[in-house]
Amino acid sequence: MSRLAWRNFVNNVMLSLTAVCTFLTVSTLFLILGYLVYNGGKSLDWNFFTQLPKGPGEVGGGMANAIVGTAKLVGLASVIGIPIGFIAGIYLSEFGGITFPFIIRYIADLLNGVPSIVVGIFAYAVVVLPLKHFSAWAGSVALAVMLIPVVVRNTEQFLQSVPQSLREGALSLGASKWRTIVTVVVPASISGILTGIILGVARIAGETAPLIFTSFGNQFWSSGFNEPTSSLPVMVYNYAISPYDDWHRQAWAAGLVLLALVLVSNILARGILARGVAANRG
Amino acid sequence: MPSSVAVSVPPATGAKATFFSRLKGGDQVAYLITLLFASIVLLIAVLIVFVLWQESTIARHKFGLGFFTSSAWDHNEDNYGALPFIYGTLLTSFLALLFAVPLGVGAAIFLAELAPPKISNALTFMVELLAAVPSVIYGLLAIFTLVPLLRDYVEPALKATLGFTPLFSGAAYGVGYLAAGAVLAIMTFPFIISVSREALLDVPREQREAALALGATRWEATWQAVVPFAKLGIMGSIFLGLARALGETMAVTMVIGNVPRISASLLSSGYTIASVIANEFAEASSDIFRESLIFLALVLFLLTIVINGAARLLIIATTRKGST
Repeated sequence: MSRLAWRNFVNNVMLSLTAVCTFLTVSTLFLILGYLVYNGGKSLDWNFFTQLPKGPGEVGGGMANAIVGTAKLVGLASVIGIPIGFIAGIYLSEFGGITFPFIIRYIADLLNGVPSIVVGIFAYAVVVLPLKHFSAWAGSVALAVMLIPVVVRNTEQFLQSVPQSLREGALSLGASKWRTIVTVVVPASISGILTGIILGVARIAGETAPLIFTSFGNQFWSSGFNEPTSSLPVMVYNYAISPYDDWHRQAWAAGLVLLALVLVSNILARGILARGVAANRG
Repeated sequence: MPSSVAVSVPPATGAKATFFSRLKGGDQVAYLITLLFASIVLLIAVLIVFVLWQESTIARHKFGLGFFTSSAWDHNEDNYGALPFIYGTLLTSFLALLFAVPLGVGAAIFLAELAPPKISNALTFMVELLAAVPSVIYGLLAIFTLVPLLRDYVEPALKATLGFTPLFSGAAYGVGYLAAGAVLAIMTFPFIISVSREALLDVPREQREAALALGATRWEATWQAVVPFAKLGIMGSIFLGLARALGETMAVTMVIGNVPRISASLLSSGYTIASVIANEFAEASSDIFRESLIFLALVLFLLTIVINGAARLLIIATTRKGST
């Protein structure tokens, strides 16, 4: 084979290989979706949404308390985490100098990478140990700690993308800086900020590790935020590693519900972002 | 919102007056409030380090550096060592990168260099959706699909062909280092693809065109001119993936077998730092047991901080290079 033919051959082989890599990675998503929809769809029934879990080995029952529990945990975590992340993001983008914002930014990125199990231990030490019992508070604190860095960095990023001329326009009309931020800069970037928040909330909704020893779990309804609280991800974990077939079935059902929740939020968030960008351009 | 805010600032008569007039304008207040909230981020980070350090005091004093070289895990004697967990964590993460780096970088090259932008964006979105799938769902799928597949087909085949090496000896149960590594690979490559693709897209056109103009084939231009230019970003993406693999908990806990031992065989059951914490923390009966687990969490925390810190610096370095 001539040198040129060899080079063309290598070119074709390697480029095809990159296509194969892409195919393999993208098809993973469809394998996961297909398998989960198949198994979960088979297992999902009305009882799943309305009934409490049955005891070990018993057939039937549902995860109504875990669905409500996840809503409570994620809701409270959002109430704690979103304002902190949002306002800190405003600081980074609008008020910062050089050094301190750089440190905060770097630390937010590092916090984002802290293993979720470590965040769980943190919440255990800060909330469970003083209160001496597992609670939704503890779980929500853990989830909020995971949410904050995501919201901070997203908010900052989208505030930064607002053109400087918009700020100058408001300032030159005599508006104070904070008024400029509240009435001009934030509204101009709100779709991006919302997207970031939805993505962050979707991410914490699926977290299991920080909840195992903070909100723990509960076979019954939990009232208020002071009791151990059941959640969908922890139920998927407990049921999947159990030896009972009916629990496996319900783990699939819970997995499907959880994945649907997360993926729909992700696609929704993308939609908001795309529309927001289009509106800004037009 | 007070409506008097837009009133123009009166001329300053002194430092104090300036301060109050600016306070009236709200800017100083807004500055202080946002600064306060930004400080919470710092506070959380400091608090995490403090809590992990404080709550592991007894274990740190009792075991000292010997913690890292001991493979004891004895609840009766309350004697604990970290070696099997560190080994399991490093081995599974290494296996994950072994699968995920070629796949991820290959796919990133395709998405950045070959695919038309529209298709590339759509495919990248799908890959990024993979990153959004909760880890417990990867675990669920792995238990019921990957583990039986490995046990019944892949591992017997590996034993038949490579069984003479210590890497593939012992019984094939499906669960173990190999299963954990495979799941981690699937969980890592979305990060590698999405960050590497960005790095490749940031490479200036001239870099490509110059190579092509010299007569390079498309692959030669990509591999010899574009990829080296994006090297730091790609390295950063691998480090990010590594940090995720090291700290990944649920999926690994569900497929690694949860046995605290060190084995050269990839088919063997093992344990990782994150999975032993997930599995045993809620049942930790004695203080020293609980503190040993928190000591492990501290080790894991420091490990991921170092890797993540390096990744961020690499990524910052590439964006600087790209922008100048």
